[in-house]
Amino acid sequence: MSQDHSLNPETMPQEPEKATLEGKNKFLGLWFFLGGETVLFASLFGTYLALRNSTAGGPASTDLFGLELVFVMTMLLLTSSLTSVYAMYQMKNNNFKKMQLWLGITALLGMAFLACEIYEFYHYIHEYEFTFRSSAFGSAFYTLVGFHGGHVVFGLSWLIALMVRNAKRGLNLYNAPKYYTFSLYWHFIDVVWVFIFTVVYLMGKVG
Amino acid sequence: MSIAAAQKKGFMAAVWDYLTTVDHKKIAKLYLFAGGFFFLLGGLEALFIRIQLISPENDFLTAGLYNEMITMHGTTMIFLAAMPLLLGLMNAIMPLQIGARDVAFPFLNSLGFWLFLFGGVLLNCSWFLGGAPDAGWTSYAPLSIQSPGHGVDFYIMGLQISGAGTLIGGINFLVTIVTMRAPGMTYMRMPLFTWTTFVTSVLILFAFPALTVGLFLLMFDRMFGAAFFDVTLGGNSVIWQHLFWIFGHPEVYILILPAFGIFSDIISTFSKKRLFGYTAMVFATILIAFLGFMVWAHHMFTVGLGPVANAIFAIATMAIAVPTGIKIFNWLATMWGGSITINSAMLWTLAFIPSFTIGGMTGVMLASAVADYQYHDTYFVVAHFHYVIVGGVVFGILAGLHYWWPKMFGRILNETLGKISFWLFFIGFHLTFFIQHFLGLMGMPRRYWVFLEDQGLDNGNLISTIGAFLMGIGGLIFVINIIYTSVKGEKASADPWDGRSLEWAIPSPPPFYNFKQTPLIRGLDPLWIEKTEGKGKITPAEPLGDIHMPDASILPFIMSFGFFVAGFGFIYQVDHSGWLAAIFIGIGIALICMLIRSLKDYHGFHIHKEDLEREAD
Amino acid sequence: MIGWMGKRKPLFLFGMLALLLAGCGKENLTAFEPKGYGAESSMNLIILSIIIMAFVFAIVLLVYVITLVRFRKKKGQEDFIPKQVEGNKTLETVWTVIPIILVLILAVPTVAATFDLADKSEAQDGINVEVTGNQYWWHFNYEGDEVQTSQDLYIPTGERVYLNMISSDVIHSLWVPSISGKMDVNPENVNTMYLQAHEEGVYWGKCAELCGPSHSLMDFKVVAVSPEEYEQWISDMQSVDPEAEPEDAVAQDGKALFEEKSCVACHAIGSSPNATGPNLTNFGDRSKIAGYLEPTEENLVEWLMDPEAIKPGNKMTGNYPEVSEEEAKQIANYLLQLKPSDISPESAGN
Repeated sequence: MSQDHSLNPETMPQEPEKATLEGKNKFLGLWFFLGGETVLFASLFGTYLALRNSTAGGPASTDLFGLELVFVMTMLLLTSSLTSVYAMYQMKNNNFKKMQLWLGITALLGMAFLACEIYEFYHYIHEYEFTFRSSAFGSAFYTLVGFHGGHVVFGLSWLIALMVRNAKRGLNLYNAPKYYTFSLYWHFIDVVWVFIFTVVYLMGKVG
Repeated sequence: MSIAAAQKKGFMAAVWDYLTTVDHKKIAKLYLFAGGFFFLLGGLEALFIRIQLISPENDFLTAGLYNEMITMHGTTMIFLAAMPLLLGLMNAIMPLQIGARDVAFPFLNSLGFWLFLFGGVLLNCSWFLGGAPDAGWTSYAPLSIQSPGHGVDFYIMGLQISGAGTLIGGINFLVTIVTMRAPGMTYMRMPLFTWTTFVTSVLILFAFPALTVGLFLLMFDRMFGAAFFDVTLGGNSVIWQHLFWIFGHPEVYILILPAFGIFSDIISTFSKKRLFGYTAMVFATILIAFLGFMVWAHHMFTVGLGPVANAIFAIATMAIAVPTGIKIFNWLATMWGGSITINSAMLWTLAFIPSFTIGGMTGVMLASAVADYQYHDTYFVVAHFHYVIVGGVVFGILAGLHYWWPKMFGRILNETLGKISFWLFFIGFHLTFFIQHFLGLMGMPRRYWVFLEDQGLDNGNLISTIGAFLMGIGGLIFVINIIYTSVKGEKASADPWDGRSLEWAIPSPPPFYNFKQTPLIRGLDPLWIEKTEGKGKITPAEPLGDIHMPDASILPFIMSFGFFVAGFGFIYQVDHSGWLAAIFIGIGIALICMLIRSLKDYHGFHIHKEDLEREAD
Repeated sequence: MIGWMGKRKPLFLFGMLALLLAGCGKENLTAFEPKGYGAESSMNLIILSIIIMAFVFAIVLLVYVITLVRFRKKKGQEDFIPKQVEGNKTLETVWTVIPIILVLILAVPTVAATFDLADKSEAQDGINVEVTGNQYWWHFNYEGDEVQTSQDLYIPTGERVYLNMISSDVIHSLWVPSISGKMDVNPENVNTMYLQAHEEGVYWGKCAELCGPSHSLMDFKVVAVSPEEYEQWISDMQSVDPEAEPEDAVAQDGKALFEEKSCVACHAIGSSPNATGPNLTNFGDRSKIAGYLEPTEENLVEWLMDPEAIKPGNKMTGNYPEVSEEEAKQIANYLLQLKPSDISPESAGN
């Protein structure tokens, strides 16, 4: 079909993700969506800040948080952001294999992050009996960090679906914007984590 | 494809067509139909409220049912009537005004509608399943946490689902306006209705997530034992109020700004004059939207935030009067020196100016924090926001419907019936709400199931009820007008009003690809320019060629249905863990739809040049 | 028409307006007739803002009417094309600057009044009442005086009485329109406002935040008496002996039933801090039963036998053994004779 031809040109343009109107729309739409997500997380942060000392006699942030694990998690997620940048760099070079490789590494790092987070929650629940229902602080903590974790899960599913779907057919102008918008979303998750690291863990450790 | 053509293929084919459509004009009709239905439902609820308040210590409704009635009236009117009706008009007209063939995300456009509809239906299912929500449309915690039964759960899930739909709609409009304007359609040449659609979408984008979070917190507390609003576990109920109003105040502008856009277009058209102070109008819109985010705590003057916060929010609120005043005077100046035609669309517009001015002024009065200690949560506030929302938004929707009906449906609404319904509704409106300003200060708080005998409130309430019935009759006549018009109405030409903007340059109703050739825009009021200075019709920006159109899809409908099922699961898993299955099934359906959507390629289809040539202009 | 009322017309209209407003509503309930410091403060701003707004509205309406009269499409000129005006810098500046000035005129006194009403620097030396909002009644604890009561709040005229308010369940809002604007009663924090009544009298109070089915029946009274009478009332209340046997035989039976039917578990008589249900120390003096019914024995019997029919969703329903009409009459008899003081709404109302 003429369609496939127009989406699979002889040479890929410099910015394949923005070469079509659909691509531009996707790109811009995701930016707007992230604007909304910013308000979502801002609201969650506001709620957390209002309730972070409302422990109702239960465990407080100073009792709970260990910075070592959180530091490792931060490094994992920051690195995954970097590897997704490499992937996009390879996309612009029209090197599909390398792009998939870097995205694969991104996915692995994301999964490692999630594993740490699950361990962290498990640890709090079993060692400290600190749950979602223990106090307003507990509810706020698990909601904020959990929402971020949920975003990571969604991002990973998105990434894996993309990689599997396109594994055999390579890069074209139809799927390039999809990869690109994923990487934007992944960066956003990373930025939110930096704020969580600062507001929840560092400030929580100071008390 | 017109409705008539679809009917030839049989009724089921037409239904399937609408279930799967991604055409912005058909989605607009769906929004109007669903929004109109909910508007009638909300109106009925309003009449029940007014019957209960016809005399002191009346027992037409029980106390519990009354609270359900006020909650559902407010929630329905705001989320399920006013907003969808406006989204319908935006969908129908905005792409035409910028010379686009469709919106940026036709699939998401359809998804937005079906999410809204399933959310609204879910919310209203509560009537038949043990009682509607009864904590007010503001659903303040801890009353909403404590409320027995599942009413508030329906509120949470219903609004969450329909809110997601609205957010998607907002993003879609934003991208459409940024990337899909026709050549020459610069930002400062866009009609005011397109501008207000744009600014409204920004408001939706930044306001709705706050509601989303608020609803999640409420949901976690009610359904999963969290402690956000549980004081004994350190919770804080004021958080809900902040989140609700961070959303809720911009919401007011989400409603009124599109109405401002409608009025701007109508006034300019029927005065045969360019909009006076176009640039100022655009910046006033942006300024109102910006300030709209800075004033939420004026709903909370009595919460005890302290004098500093109250003073700051009082001043910020008063500041909104300035850009709003600019708009009022610019509209008057547009009419000044014009040649004014008064028909139904213009009648609603002309009625809006004094009515909304009153509503705006009582808004400034409410902004005065210490005065608000008296007004707050009384009928004064009820009067104020009905002056703004009925006198502004509903008048705007009705004006817009009269104005754009010919474009959307190809027939002109009957003028006589239009005028009768206008006068009944207009008189009824002022009768209902003007007196309520006084009732409030005479000591009648809002949301009162009964008012007591011998408190001087009898006459005012009786008058108010009489007015409400006039409004009801007026609304009914409007519905009759729609039915009459669709059977016997006068056929509309492409440009029945001697219009100025691009939508009047194409047939009524427009073909499904809108513009055979993308138009070239040479200035503000492009059609008017071509009529007065050009050839009388729009110059195309491209030679006739193939037109690319998006594929229809049933996925948005199924996906929304999945969330609908999951909604029931969330609500009832509190009673029995078996309902968790409904959550998994529902979310599963939605996820599978998403997966299909992302794995399958959608390339759309082409209308070929030859077919286009065969069709007459 | 021109000669009618001559130049005095505006004055006359303003007088009419004042008359109209004053005639609005029931005395001691309506906010239009302020009889306390807070209500006056609010009323001043209300009047100022109405004047400003009336001015603006008059201008808008004037331009509007002139426009509609002069510029309607005229017969025979259907093809007339008006001049397409882009705008007018001067005009637009005028209608930007004037509203700013008007808003400032309102903003300055608003800010001043906001800080003035929030001033609680003298609260320590004043009368402090701990107010608890409950579904659907109000509890008042006179801090330092060991006086507890419900529903009727006694205050001395001319003094600031500080209300330190908290809720035991959902959010309520305390509003006495004639004396002061409202303030929310939250479950998580104490909000403080003060009442200062100028004249003696019984003032209606209302709950102004939706709090459940009987939200509209959560009325209470503020009984403003002279400072001397207030002192008298406090000492009368302090000297109540909750154990005292009533003189009347029926009332004696009523007292026994009051304990037997476990009323006493929730309702304190005397200075006990038990506030599960309304304190009944001076029940016989109350201006209303259940917040809104006349204090007759008949109404009280009805209430005791079926409170749900009178106040839907109240917390008393189902929390005590059934009472027969006979028993209800005896309890009513006992409760209605609980009149520890000569200072009552009746005495204040006259």
